[in-house]
Amino acid sequence: MTRHQTDLAWRIGGPQGSGVDTAAGMFARACAIGGLHLFGRREYYSNIMGRHSYYDVRVARQALTCHRDTVDLLTTFEPESLSRHILAVAKGGGVIHDSDDADTPLERMPFLDERVQEDLRVDLEEHGLPCSTAGLLAKARQRGVDTFAIPFDEITHALAREFRVPQAVADRALNTVAVAVSCALLHYDPAYLAKALAKVFPRRPQLIEINMQAVELTYKFVRRNLPANDFPFRLVPESTRERRLLINGNQAVALGKLAAGMTFQTYYPISPATDESIYLEAHEAVQTVGGEEGSVIIVQTEDELAAVTMASGAALTGARSATATSGPGFSLMAEGLGWVGINEVPLVVTLYQRGGPSTGMPTRSEQGDLQCAIHAGHGEFPRIVMASGDLHEAFYDAAQAFNYAERYQMPVIHLLDKALASTTQTVQPFAVESLHIERGEIYAPGNSQHHNGSFARFAPTASGISPRALLGQPGGMHWLTGGEHTMYGRVTEDPVVRERMMEKRARKLALAAREITVAEKLHVYGNRGAAFTIVSWGSNKGGILEALERLADDGIPARLVQVRLLWPFPMEEMMPLLEAATPLVIVESNFSGQLAQLLREQTGRGSDYLVVKYNGRPMSGQELHRAFKGVHAGTSERRVDLRNPYE
Amino acid sequence: MVTKTLPQRTMKDYQVKHSNDWCPGCGDFGILNALQQALTGLGLLPHQVAIFGGIGCSGKAPYYVPAYGIHTLHGRVLAYATGAKLANPELTVLAVGGDGDGLGIGAGHFVNTGRRNIDLTYILFNNAVYGLTKGQAAPTLPLGLQTRSLPEPTIQGAVNPLMLALASGYTWIGRGYAFQVRHLAELIQKAIRHPGLAYVDVLQPCPTYNDLYTKDWFAGKDLELDEARVYDVEQEGYDPVIPEGADDEIAISKMTQFIAKAQAWGDHIPIGVLLETRALSSFEQRIATRIPSYRSAPPARRLVADERGHPTTDLRAIFAELAIT
Repeated sequence: MTRHQTDLAWRIGGPQGSGVDTAAGMFARACAIGGLHLFGRREYYSNIMGRHSYYDVRVARQALTCHRDTVDLLTTFEPESLSRHILAVAKGGGVIHDSDDADTPLERMPFLDERVQEDLRVDLEEHGLPCSTAGLLAKARQRGVDTFAIPFDEITHALAREFRVPQAVADRALNTVAVAVSCALLHYDPAYLAKALAKVFPRRPQLIEINMQAVELTYKFVRRNLPANDFPFRLVPESTRERRLLINGNQAVALGKLAAGMTFQTYYPISPATDESIYLEAHEAVQTVGGEEGSVIIVQTEDELAAVTMASGAALTGARSATATSGPGFSLMAEGLGWVGINEVPLVVTLYQRGGPSTGMPTRSEQGDLQCAIHAGHGEFPRIVMASGDLHEAFYDAAQAFNYAERYQMPVIHLLDKALASTTQTVQPFAVESLHIERGEIYAPGNSQHHNGSFARFAPTASGISPRALLGQPGGMHWLTGGEHTMYGRVTEDPVVRERMMEKRARKLALAAREITVAEKLHVYGNRGAAFTIVSWGSNKGGILEALERLADDGIPARLVQVRLLWPFPMEEMMPLLEAATPLVIVESNFSGQLAQLLREQTGRGSDYLVVKYNGRPMSGQELHRAFKGVHAGTSERRVDLRNPYE
Repeated sequence: MVTKTLPQRTMKDYQVKHSNDWCPGCGDFGILNALQQALTGLGLLPHQVAIFGGIGCSGKAPYYVPAYGIHTLHGRVLAYATGAKLANPELTVLAVGGDGDGLGIGAGHFVNTGRRNIDLTYILFNNAVYGLTKGQAAPTLPLGLQTRSLPEPTIQGAVNPLMLALASGYTWIGRGYAFQVRHLAELIQKAIRHPGLAYVDVLQPCPTYNDLYTKDWFAGKDLELDEARVYDVEQEGYDPVIPEGADDEIAISKMTQFIAKAQAWGDHIPIGVLLETRALSSFEQRIATRIPSYRSAPPARRLVADERGHPTTDLRAIFAELAIT
């Protein structure tokens, strides 16, 4: 569909609240309806109105795993987006901009960061070009980028005039016009846009109609005014019978939880976790196989202190219970996590990492919480920490987390990040029927140990796991306490009981390390026999997979070891992989290399190369490929900091 | 609210054989005794009751009641209790804790629980000091008072828990005194029977650290008439009820008389049921309105897998929503 017929990177930018998301959603859906695969990435400021946001939609015939840094077609309708992204447009690519923005000085863009302004100014001055969009557009044309000036006002005025709607109504179709310009330039059948509009605005026929009129008007304008076939890229639909969903990371996690039978979740609003809980709340009356309705209670709490403790209270009754949060909220949950640990409560904590520390960068991505997830809370208690690398894993891991929690009666921290949360992809429907639900050991009246009517909830066992009684269960009465306790749950400071209880809880972690399968612990991708070994975790997976393909094209065999279970760390499974690793390249979206530290701590093996990115943006296959090429050529430093000033 | 009852429970059903580590003469004993009497009188089976405790001397109360007893984190008792009640609405849920627990470190939960009108009972042991950390000023110690451990009179003011409960939306508010056990037991029973969020403020001496609000002080030994300071408002014919369907005028007049009682201190301290609102839906009712199956299959009891471990959730309708076309 591009000049090499496989891969198109489209980007749209604009102020928050101006409908960029809707426009991108429309374009993405139109492509998906045409049978194409896509990978969508959303970048935005922590702001409601006015600050810059942009959306990448990358489209291909085959499934995609990450975004692309170089853009083939950039769509803008105000000067700031034009200025921020024009440098990302590939040679031979195109830029759509408003005719009125053809000569706007950089200093007239109040939200354009000073650093960006300064960099652009220096560059333009060096080339003897004016410090304005005129200079940027001229420079782009010099590089072989097509620029398309579109009189957006003219089109929306024509829309108001021809279809006799108020100008304000026509103006709201601006995003549709911008998308339609793109599709027209790409020679994409407008029928796909019509179908997309029907899905984007369900049950709103008037809105669909006006937007469809905008599409038709725009296509006419492009055919009349822009030279035909000048722009070399084409979007060519694929015929497919495959059933696909268009879904993002927050939704994938939510669906995994529903499938797993989660019945209770708490949350306090926090980016980028909230969308998951909101989505769940919108689906709190779920259908069951028997046709009955099942309830999922979603509670918005007063803070994360309540979120973790309320979810714990629910878990004590036997409900599959979780809370979802991000870094600042997780920090507040630390004490509650310890209570869960010492009371052996099955609780799932979904942690969407964002740029830290403190408030950090609320709407940007980072893998900065790995060590925090492993160590949060004072004292020592067992926990499981797992991380998903893509939307499929997000779904299955979200479900599996409850099995771990109930099997081992401990907190399970499911790590995701902002990049994954806001990734939109075409996927096949998840195989709910392939899931297996394990509720763990639950008290049944019979030969259990009792004393004075109390049930020995924490009775010592060889595995460390004792059947748990659920609040309300007849005969299961016991106590629970954040204090060290006897097998009946009564506070004790006895040194021998203390030792027994510490050992009992520790045995559960050892059991989890033994029982959890290799496939759940790690995945190996690429050339399995290759010595060039990349070790990574979480959402970097997508970029690395693409880089592996590019390396294969270069004739460089390489493999990725994706660590999925971070705690208990899969030490034994890693050892043979590490022995054959030359070089060992660790890739992480943080500054200090937290997985590298963990690997060294657990296996004694340090990284040969550390590739990190900590600017709050996800890694692309392109930049990783460059970094790996450098490592392979022996020209790379031991530490590679991936940088991209224009994303 | 009480769900299932079984007559003829005896006090023995609600006593444990474990030794108690409160100081001799502690007001906690009176409250515990009243609590045991209340549960006995309601005829509840012990496994139907979950008592959540905060941190502090008062937070240990669940250890002395043979029900499900959960000793939680400092300040978080209401959040734990809420989670359990919402997940299993058939449980009779009580939360107990001290003034520091509920009004200091847990004040956010005190207020926000009030917004939900959940069917649970919160008993606050109010002795104006942090006992277990040796007598620091608690949020209910009035400005300028100096209890035994304080190096100086406190320069922080007191919060009025009754007023805070009103402002937060508690639909049943009462006050008792730790050493009027029979009265307190009745009060706790009424609180548990109330089908919404009930707050029981219990005035209690701390014989070790609060040398101002002592048993003798509550008994009015220092007063000329040698008359107990606490008196039950019922004796005055006080009517605390805002009936269902009451208009604003009635509600405001009831709240006005409540405020007068809540502010009274000194020689005459009112106890008893001070406010009872029957005009507000419970949180559980609100959930059931949204999700009709909540009552029949609440989170704790929903069957999430069949006998072979296959999920019972059917995502087909959601997949259709997310489908490309």
